Amino acid sequence: MGVAHGEVKAEAPHMGGINEAGCGRGPRIGVYVCHCGLNIAATVDVARVRDAVAGLPGVVVARDNKYTCSEVGQKTIADDIKNLNLDRVVIASCSPRLHERTFRELMARSGLNPFLLEMANIREQCSWVHGHDREAATRKAVALTRAAIARAALLEPLERNVGSVTKSAMVIGGGVAGISAALYLANMGVKTYLVEREPSIGGHMAMLDKTFPTLDCSLCILSPKMVEVRENSNIELLSYTEVRKVEGQVGSFKVELLRKPRYIDEAKCVACGLCAEKCPSKAPDEFNRGYSERKAIYIPFPQAIPASYVIDPNYCRYFTRGGKCRVCEKICERGAVDFSQREEIVTLDVGAIVIATGFEPYDASRKTQYGYGRFPNVITSLDFERIICADGPTHGKLKRPSDWEIPRRIAFIQCVGSRDEHETDGAGKYCSRVCCMITAKQAFMVKEKYPDAEVYVYHTDMRTAGKGFEEFYQRGRSEGIVFVRGKPGEIVENPEDHSLRVVAEDADSGCILDLTFDMVVLAIGLRPPGGLVELAQKLNVSRSADGFLLEGHPKLRPAETSIEGIYLAGCAQFPKDIPDSVAQAGCAAAAAAGVLASDRIEMDPLNPVVDEELCIGCRLCEKLCPYGGIKVEKTDKGFKARVIELACKGCGVCGAACSARAIKMRHYSDEQIYAQTAALLEVG
Amino acid sequence: MKMNQEGEWEPKIVAFLCNWCSYAGADLAGTSRIQYPPNVRVIRVPCSGRVDPLLILKCLQRGADGVLVSGCHPGDCHYIAGNYLARRKFAMLKRLIEYLGVEEGRVQFSWVSAAEGEKFADVIKTVTRRVRELGPARKLVKVREMQGGAGASL
Repeated sequence: MGVAHGEVKAEAPHMGGINEAGCGRGPRIGVYVCHCGLNIAATVDVARVRDAVAGLPGVVVARDNKYTCSEVGQKTIADDIKNLNLDRVVIASCSPRLHERTFRELMARSGLNPFLLEMANIREQCSWVHGHDREAATRKAVALTRAAIARAALLEPLERNVGSVTKSAMVIGGGVAGISAALYLANMGVKTYLVEREPSIGGHMAMLDKTFPTLDCSLCILSPKMVEVRENSNIELLSYTEVRKVEGQVGSFKVELLRKPRYIDEAKCVACGLCAEKCPSKAPDEFNRGYSERKAIYIPFPQAIPASYVIDPNYCRYFTRGGKCRVCEKICERGAVDFSQREEIVTLDVGAIVIATGFEPYDASRKTQYGYGRFPNVITSLDFERIICADGPTHGKLKRPSDWEIPRRIAFIQCVGSRDEHETDGAGKYCSRVCCMITAKQAFMVKEKYPDAEVYVYHTDMRTAGKGFEEFYQRGRSEGIVFVRGKPGEIVENPEDHSLRVVAEDADSGCILDLTFDMVVLAIGLRPPGGLVELAQKLNVSRSADGFLLEGHPKLRPAETSIEGIYLAGCAQFPKDIPDSVAQAGCAAAAAAGVLASDRIEMDPLNPVVDEELCIGCRLCEKLCPYGGIKVEKTDKGFKARVIELACKGCGVCGAACSARAIKMRHYSDEQIYAQTAALLEVG
Repeated sequence: MKMNQEGEWEPKIVAFLCNWCSYAGADLAGTSRIQYPPNVRVIRVPCSGRVDPLLILKCLQRGADGVLVSGCHPGDCHYIAGNYLARRKFAMLKRLIEYLGVEEGRVQFSWVSAAEGEKFADVIKTVTRRVRELGPARKLVKVREMQGGAGASL
């Protein structure tokens, strides 16, 4: 302890003698007020808080520590527990969401029940939010600490419930993040279910031609991983499947999945392609972003896993013309076509879940000033990937859509749907992180194919933070790509030749650039995918203001959620590039495997207790409980409520509703809360 | 009654925040250093559905000038539907306190998610402003005073 830190031990005058060591029989509380360096102490008068609570009934010792969570700070508490026979600890410091676990473990190590700890949040709720008013912040800190002491005096020791652990995991989403997470888990020996809502795994990465900054062929590096998923005996792939319902908690989630009918028996199909050859119905090819057509019976792309065809009922004549056609069924030698398939419910038991649901590309047609969807030669960065890809609509020849001629002058416009204050839905204000490098890569690829092409990039500013990124960008500049700092207000099309006029101010030179291009590529941002809101609700995980899923802690738990046993990988959490997605997948897999490695999970015992003398058997609690965690049963004394401990989650709805006051909530009892409010309101 | 250093009345407000959304939203306001008035004091509860109307009345009896209950957004409740139950109880309570003569703005309800630090600060600002406009609570506190002042048991 430094000189600035003091202690006040309760003397007889303060305590009226009753709570001095060895004397009274009331609670023996130690209070520790944390400076948190200057995080608290700069605003809150910590010594005054300490002194204000030192004399309160039950308080045996009150100290202030520079860092209560440090080893020194923890040792002080441990020593006091031992030497002063403390039976309760109050810590006034940061949010309990941060350090409650730390201090509960300290209590357990010191031989005290961990539920006899109470924390007063004088950092997040005081010093950090009332930084301009030291007096008010200090008074509030005193009030919060007094309330914590009042509550601590009434805390009761609790034993944790113990749950079992199902040694399997589910990964939701089969893009590069989900594939990586599934492989990491499977290679650690964990039985893993990989659930993908599309007919094939691969995600957006499968649609890319090359990856930055190495110009690796995207599918060349992804497809071996996809094959590994198929071959790995620990992975069960459930494609064309969506999550319907999730119940339970860490260690024992019950998942209900909906398998959509492929109308093809996956086990029989060998992807020979005869069926698609003969199929008479055509549909726009989503994988090629609508720039080519596929058949109603199709395989999303040649390397698809599972390597099985699928029938699109929106275009298949059997479905659109009432049972007619069936050409594919006749031609398939292996009898894989099965029109009798229906939606199927599959249930899984898993101990942990990784969410890797990726992103959705920004809908560029929302930016009407750029004419996407109206002007054929305005395309998005994802369209560009398909057009330049060997498997794309032009078989790898970079051509513009209006006449499929080679474009000689190409412009890229950055931040379409990113860093945009005009996007009002909460999303769109952030930087999507990958678009600058995608454009650098695509502009470079244009130059590679047509060295004499004129390439302009209109940007807000180029962000190239990443290994090898800046070097790659500089290489593009030296190839003659022109980077213009300035965003065009609109694109005007010449209806005769479909050329595009782009006017923008070059912020560096102050000149107005009025140029005409054969093709414009919009670098679209990454958005939370459709269905993420519903999935988040099913899993009970929070979303951040940008619409992506909220991590457990922005720095230290980047792959976890606030729900134990549920983890995040890839763009489900926030836009990121491929290496970052893979890294986070590894992190999520490690965290999930950690949970699965243990044989039992300890759960907070917050279940209510029913006083049968008071219970009148009215069944209100039973009706309100969303988990079936409390049931009214016939006993010798009539109908009485019984808590089903394994089903109960401890929300307290039953206790708040009981008109007979027969239900007592553990750890959040009426008495504890009353004591807390009374103490809060006593201080001026 | 709470006075500031200048001897002026300052409203005292108790906020019941659910652990999963609103309490986390308050934490985010803290880590983001968003400033708001110091009149609101927080009690952490597992779910807004835990907040018994009686808890709110006891706060008013004890001398609170206002009470805020804040939970997860509709559909986002950590316990499926506790926030809906909280809202229903709250709607009933509103009519009761109206009958008791307590002004409407004293008891308020809001949804704040774990990602809404800024919204949390805005809610606190609004609640504090409204309670300040109403002035010190008198209706139920009288009962307390007749029972023998601040030391009376609840």
